[in-house]
Amino acid sequence: MRQIIDFLVRNKNFILFLSLFCFSLILIFSNSRYHNSLVLNSTNSISGNIFETTSSISSYFKLKSENESLNKENTYLKKIIYNYPGTSNDGLKYEVFNSKVIKNSYSLNNNYLTINSGNIDSIAEDMGVVSNKGIIGVTDRISKNYSRVISILNTKLNLNAKLKKSNHFGVLNWNGMSNSTIQLMDLPKQTKINIGDTIITGGNSFIFPEGVLIGNVLSYKLDDTQNYIEAEISLFNDMTNIKNVYVIKNNHLAELKKLNE
Amino acid sequence: MNNITRNILTAILLIIAQTIIFNNINLLGYLNPFVYIIFVAYYPIKNDRLFFIFISFIIGLLIDIFTDTLGLHAAASVTVAYLRPLILKISFGLAYIHQIIKFRNIDFKNKLIYISLITIVHHAVLFSLEIFNLSKTLFIFDRIIMSSVFTITLCILFSYLFKTNER
Repeated sequence: MRQIIDFLVRNKNFILFLSLFCFSLILIFSNSRYHNSLVLNSTNSISGNIFETTSSISSYFKLKSENESLNKENTYLKKIIYNYPGTSNDGLKYEVFNSKVIKNSYSLNNNYLTINSGNIDSIAEDMGVVSNKGIIGVTDRISKNYSRVISILNTKLNLNAKLKKSNHFGVLNWNGMSNSTIQLMDLPKQTKINIGDTIITGGNSFIFPEGVLIGNVLSYKLDDTQNYIEAEISLFNDMTNIKNVYVIKNNHLAELKKLNE
Repeated sequence: MNNITRNILTAILLIIAQTIIFNNINLLGYLNPFVYIIFVAYYPIKNDRLFFIFISFIIGLLIDIFTDTLGLHAAASVTVAYLRPLILKISFGLAYIHQIIKFRNIDFKNKLIYISLITIVHHAVLFSLEIFNLSKTLFIFDRIIMSSVFTITLCILFSYLFKTNER
């Protein structure tokens, strides 16, 4: 007994180090999307407020380019309204909320964004987030005033995507390398694909409506099994420069989920 | 101002500087310096080692909360804190064994070796845990080396700033 206590006292530094190190390993590898009740992330009120203040200062410097892109967006929306044949009365399928990015990361392996709307603005988990150029990510953790968005530059996020000109679809996943390209995997071998083809979201996902822009095909090759095509997509969005985003709510989500149970 | 309050103030300033300024530099698109480890490097040597390991863990955890990388920085800085006596022994040799080092008057060569070792250990743990994929070993090395160069440069510059403040 005495020897055990001696051993503990002699190695107390090492034991403290080991236990703290293991504790952080547990934190790293248990930080999965759904099973985390801790509030240790960028949506808590202190860090949220700090990021809000800093981003309100830095947004002043981006006003000009941001205004230009808003103008473009407005013209685009007006064009749709004028061309639309007529809206139905039994409610729209998708609702869109406007929001702003207050924290953005793109240099890590698993990147997240924080936006300044939360429960109060009727944002919920698993809603799609897009900008006027294309796809941004999926909402993940929601607090009262802020929400965290899993960026498409996150190696853990898989999305359904397809070619614009045909209905062949594949899985979109990022390999963690460059923040301007993303990988489209598992496209069937018989797909006719060319460099420069446009990739859009597929209708198989309940989160995004069909046809949200993603990017252009940069290069493609057969994968290791020789049965599927693996394509390198260059994103339309510059993920390093995002401010105004739109959160898409699918009003038929509950109905669709019930049908698929 | 006594030692404890000064250490706490330095820690808070470094955390805020790290999250607001240094995490947004993104040189070449992905390089960010982790200047907060200067706290771990310059913490007084004679203080209680158990407490030092624990305080380094807390600093890492606070950085994690702001960057959404729960546990990564905590693991890296606790490793550096634990290995610091070894690193001190390598970079200062006899001066450390006889307990006569003063951080404010060491020469440039020793300072460079000391800060480089601390930074490389920290970045090695950080990036191998972040990417955690054997098939990307080259990519991990690339990140470690590029970021280390950036962090070491800034830390050395900062250490000279601190020196004037302490007088």
